Amino acid sequence: MEGGTEHLADRVVARFEIRCRQYLDENGETVAELPGFCRDEKLMDALYRGMSLTRAFDAKCVNLQRTGRLGTFATSLGQEAIPVGIAAAMRESDVFLPSYREGGAQIWRGSAMDELLIYWGGDEAGHAYAEPRVAQDFPVCITVGNHALHAAGVATALKLKGEDRAALCVFGDGATSKGDVYEAINVAGVWDLPLVFVITNNRWAISTPVDRQTAAATLAQKGLAGGLRVLQVDGNDVLGVYDAVSEALDVGRRGGGATLIECLTFRLNDHNTADDSTRYRDPEEVKTRWAFCPLKRFRSFLEKRGAWTDEREARMEASIAEEIDAAVERYLTYPEPSPATMFEYTYARLPDAYINQRDEALAARHE
Amino acid sequence: MSEITIIQAINMALRRALEDDPAVVVLGQDVGRHGGVFRATEGLQQRFGSKRVLDTPLAETMIGGLAVGMAAQGLKPVCEIQFQGFLYPVLDNLANHATRMRTRTQGRITCPMVLRVTHGGGVHAPEHHSEAIESMLAHIPGLRVVIPSSPAKAYGLLLSAIRDPDPVIFLEPTRIYRSLKETVEDSGEGWPLDHCHIVRAGNHLTFVTWGAMMTEVLAAADALEARGISSEVLDVATLKPFDSIAIVESVSKTGRCVIVHEAARTAGFGAEIAATLAERAITALLAPIERVTGYDVVMPLPRLERHYMPSVGRILAACDRSLAWS
Repeated sequence: MEGGTEHLADRVVARFEIRCRQYLDENGETVAELPGFCRDEKLMDALYRGMSLTRAFDAKCVNLQRTGRLGTFATSLGQEAIPVGIAAAMRESDVFLPSYREGGAQIWRGSAMDELLIYWGGDEAGHAYAEPRVAQDFPVCITVGNHALHAAGVATALKLKGEDRAALCVFGDGATSKGDVYEAINVAGVWDLPLVFVITNNRWAISTPVDRQTAAATLAQKGLAGGLRVLQVDGNDVLGVYDAVSEALDVGRRGGGATLIECLTFRLNDHNTADDSTRYRDPEEVKTRWAFCPLKRFRSFLEKRGAWTDEREARMEASIAEEIDAAVERYLTYPEPSPATMFEYTYARLPDAYINQRDEALAARHE
Repeated sequence: MSEITIIQAINMALRRALEDDPAVVVLGQDVGRHGGVFRATEGLQQRFGSKRVLDTPLAETMIGGLAVGMAAQGLKPVCEIQFQGFLYPVLDNLANHATRMRTRTQGRITCPMVLRVTHGGGVHAPEHHSEAIESMLAHIPGLRVVIPSSPAKAYGLLLSAIRDPDPVIFLEPTRIYRSLKETVEDSGEGWPLDHCHIVRAGNHLTFVTWGAMMTEVLAAADALEARGISSEVLDVATLKPFDSIAIVESVSKTGRCVIVHEAARTAGFGAEIAATLAERAITALLAPIERVTGYDVVMPLPRLERHYMPSVGRILAACDRSLAWS
């Protein structure tokens, strides 16, 4: 066993293996027998549209940031199959705990694009979510990996309440170095929680490549230590992501315990709009990774099935652009928050002790 | 009705809360089968079952994180952290998530939860068991920091903490867990939070304290009384948000203030109280504000512990300095 030692006095007491799931290769060729859901044309179209929308929305956000109309923003360029595959696999009633690169999933589940813009534009109102379907979903977790434990807490509550629901938490390869993630894996295993952890292994945590993050051969195997079901998936194959996540959520809801899924992908963009990745990685590496783009491969797949044409592509792009432009318009005309807002939500009711501070802030607003 | 200790009062409040509210879930290390390292949760798992009283793996960060997730789903987690020095890993979840979730989502998700943790020294415990870090906690927006000083307050304040819609850290004064006894009725009635309590009324000097130090302060007040000096004793009880009105009113009346806490002096909570008095009662002061506190040193092991903790003698010396101003 890798990393093990051999000694005459030792005997093998356990063996483990990690499997990797993939349906489509980088050219959109089928490499395994397709599951039944692939006959659902509406779902196939929706997955492609979801990924295309995510890419277009990200591009618009970067544009808004570059022109001073949005704060720091992290795109999911090259890894769109993960948020979209996840969101499509989840039920409305499940609870989503995203990192900060899953806008595609948030939008799919019902957070409005203008809400995402309002948040990244610097206003908590963007996390208030008007849509009741996502009332239970967590805001993005900026403190890497903390939310793995929140997900375990959510799943504990769902299990204690006996509900037919599961929690799903997404974090990156960097997060797997944090104690929070190990503690979450551990309790998810020992309490058999209805929980799915999805690792977006995009190979870069800002400037740290995954081989400087861990000596483990896979990130999936970290789940084995906690007794979880584990699986690796080609994270640029939306069918693989959708399939693996659907299955894991079902297992969780049925009382079969938690699953950890490592999705293999690549961060084609800088870490975020404040980052310049040419400082620490070879642009050639990035160039070669474009060949594995999840959108390109899924479009090839759809074309081969005769389900996609340039004309449909153009129509889809136009409708996406229209949707995004409308959201941007709502965002740009969204009113400036009052300083009273920061006092309104610190406690359920502003304690008497702090009323004078609110009054001070309001009196000073025009100074 | 018999007299009970603080630890028994806490157990009684937890039992009452579990009885009254199906959302309440007690969790922590050794709280279930074992009944807690101090026996605060004794008998609760037997009575309410293992879905209401959960033994967790040994991981403090995890306890804080679980509570955030459970509270977000409508449960009311009441967590035990065994010792104050083990609280630091929980601060990440407390400061970054539990207390911010309401703001981060504008009220869409909230984290009503209680973290019970022992507070303070004087019990000859091993390292990291005797800390007093209430002022660090009191600096966290969105949090309530509550500390009882008697069995009746332990019962009433804990019930109110559990019923509060925001995260509360409930500091339990280890040194007086079993040394004080009083009659406490299991009435289900909470004591008000955010409220400073006048433990003893007086005219010449105001004591401000909280938690286990109430014992030394009351002894000092008795000694002053014997000398014909009448002192007012205030129990802050909720350090955040703290009831400055009661303190300002008292000091405006007496003109003298002695603040007593066992936590280190620099940026201790006494500094906040002294600053408030400087802002709002300075013209009433007849003498400089006195602070009798632990020192700015690492909490020592038991052999030096009594030299660290404020004593009745140190408190009386501070009173004498204050009273010397006329």
